[in-house]
Amino acid sequence: MTDLAASRSTLYLSPGPSEAKVETAAAPLVVPRPQSLARPKRRVAGLRPGLILAGLFVALLALAAIAPGWLVSGDPFEASARDAFLAPSAQHWLGTDENGRDVLTRLVHGVRPSMLMGLAATVIGLGGGVAIGLTAGLGRRFFDGLLMRFVDVLLAFPDLLLALVIITFWGQGLLNAVVAVGVASIPRYARLVRSQTTKVRGATYVEAAVTLGIRRSTVIWRHVLPNAIKPVLILATIGVGGKIAAGASLSFLGFGAPPPAPEWGAMLAVGRNFLANAPWLVAAPALAITLTVISVTALGRELMRRSEGAGG
Amino acid sequence: MKFVKLIFWRLLAGIGVLWGAATITFLALNLTSGDPAIAILGGPDALPTPEVIAQVRKDYGLDQPLAVQYVQYLARLASGDLGESYRLKIPVVEAIAPLVAPTMSLAFCAALTAVIMSIVIALLTAKRAAWLRSLVSGTELVLTSAPSFVLGIGLLLVFAFHLHLFPVAGSQGWRSMVLPVMTLAIPATAMLTQVLRQELEDVLDQPFITMARARGLSETGVRLKHALRHALTSLITLSGFMFAFLLGGAVITENLFARQGLGRLMVEATTNSDVPIVLGVTLLAALIYVLINLVVDVLNAIVDPRIAVHS
Repeated sequence: MTDLAASRSTLYLSPGPSEAKVETAAAPLVVPRPQSLARPKRRVAGLRPGLILAGLFVALLALAAIAPGWLVSGDPFEASARDAFLAPSAQHWLGTDENGRDVLTRLVHGVRPSMLMGLAATVIGLGGGVAIGLTAGLGRRFFDGLLMRFVDVLLAFPDLLLALVIITFWGQGLLNAVVAVGVASIPRYARLVRSQTTKVRGATYVEAAVTLGIRRSTVIWRHVLPNAIKPVLILATIGVGGKIAAGASLSFLGFGAPPPAPEWGAMLAVGRNFLANAPWLVAAPALAITLTVISVTALGRELMRRSEGAGG
Repeated sequence: MKFVKLIFWRLLAGIGVLWGAATITFLALNLTSGDPAIAILGGPDALPTPEVIAQVRKDYGLDQPLAVQYVQYLARLASGDLGESYRLKIPVVEAIAPLVAPTMSLAFCAALTAVIMSIVIALLTAKRAAWLRSLVSGTELVLTSAPSFVLGIGLLLVFAFHLHLFPVAGSQGWRSMVLPVMTLAIPATAMLTQVLRQELEDVLDQPFITMARARGLSETGVRLKHALRHALTSLITLSGFMFAFLLGGAVITENLFARQGLGRLMVEATTNSDVPIVLGVTLLAALIYVLINLVVDVLNAIVDPRIAVHS
């Protein structure tokens, strides 16, 4: 899902209104700014209990991703035709699906692919974005302009379409879906890193380092990169939620994990066919995805609030 | 005069973006996927015969040097020739053309709904009691976090399966439009409201608002006449981007509600590795993006004359 808050934040980075663009993340990509949006000043105290819940939920997700066997004992692939379409009960907390598989078991086993998808796609997007953004921000003016116009062109394609183009060329499958979501987010990160880099390269401490005769590569590695990337990293944290949602969207369209695999988007795609008689098939993964994105977003925003408070 | 100048430069920039987009698709065709003739024919899985491959090479001029191919490619695109769908066996333009109206009307209705709803909600909730704001911004967080297909399935479950108010799927009549439009409009509304409310609150702190109040204007008058206009430029800009986002969201929505449209064509083409269709729809999206941005810039210049002067 795209967030327009993101484009608003880019507005402050880019010279012209037409250059801002939207992030396909559920989370608003808000650039640190004294009066940031979506985070009313007085609500902070009231957010606490929600924040703790979000933290607990993310911890639970981490546990489920690392050791799903600790939470559920069953086999996510174990089918039993007689148990098909059982409504939620004491035995099957979230009911069973069309093949009699336990929905809760599949949901818990689906955490790992979803989380990996979100994290891997973010790493790809961030890696590509840092490479392009840093090169553009530090390079010669002509080169900078060339790279950024290229990024502008990529921004003209909606993210989902860009991901579908990548899948068309590279083929379907979970890995390619991750790459597609990640690559589709590179232009946005490139923009952010570049604007941070141009800000940092003019800073007095960089000037001081250069004056001291430190090698250019060391200056970039030790001084420019860490300072340019910090705000971007926080935004990427929020972006993980959006990447999970984007990955689930691709799975939902049939371009992610193949059917028997326990994956949230794929579970929703199958469950959609049984909406009339077994609504719990879609309710469980739908709730799981939504809660995950909300929790990650809430934690990311808190992180951003704290870094703003500390860094000024 | 200044408008003409603004439109001219923006148009030039837009053409630049389109040229770049065409170049990227050309590079994608020629550099990433091995033999472009086989890519056009649907990848190695399609098992095309050597004669067919040779025919495609000749048709697409693939036996020419790359530079010549590039110029020919641009010339063909400029004349509106997007190639032929290998799966549907018809020109891409003919495949896309009848689906533009359904998708655009879906996106347009959603954009209009979102803009109206966000203006109303933002005007009602900006600078109000803390509990109301917490409630609204909490709801916004939930609505922007839920992926659109999750929201769409929720709407289907409640309004189609339980209340039987709207049809489950299809593209006949206005009733079939309601749920898809809401699926697209609700998250867009949440995003626009977040930004617009913040913008309104910033404006309501300005001295000229205090001045207006001092002159005895009512709260409603202050909000409608003075605050809204200042917050409007960012709303217009965001609406432009939102429209591009809605086109992406249409891919999901059209598939969920089994509607005719570009999004469904795109997914089918991706499944079949129908490269010409995929690139055709993508280029069309880039064209729409450019046109919308042009409209946005002009509208902004009308609302805020300073923009036209500075650009």
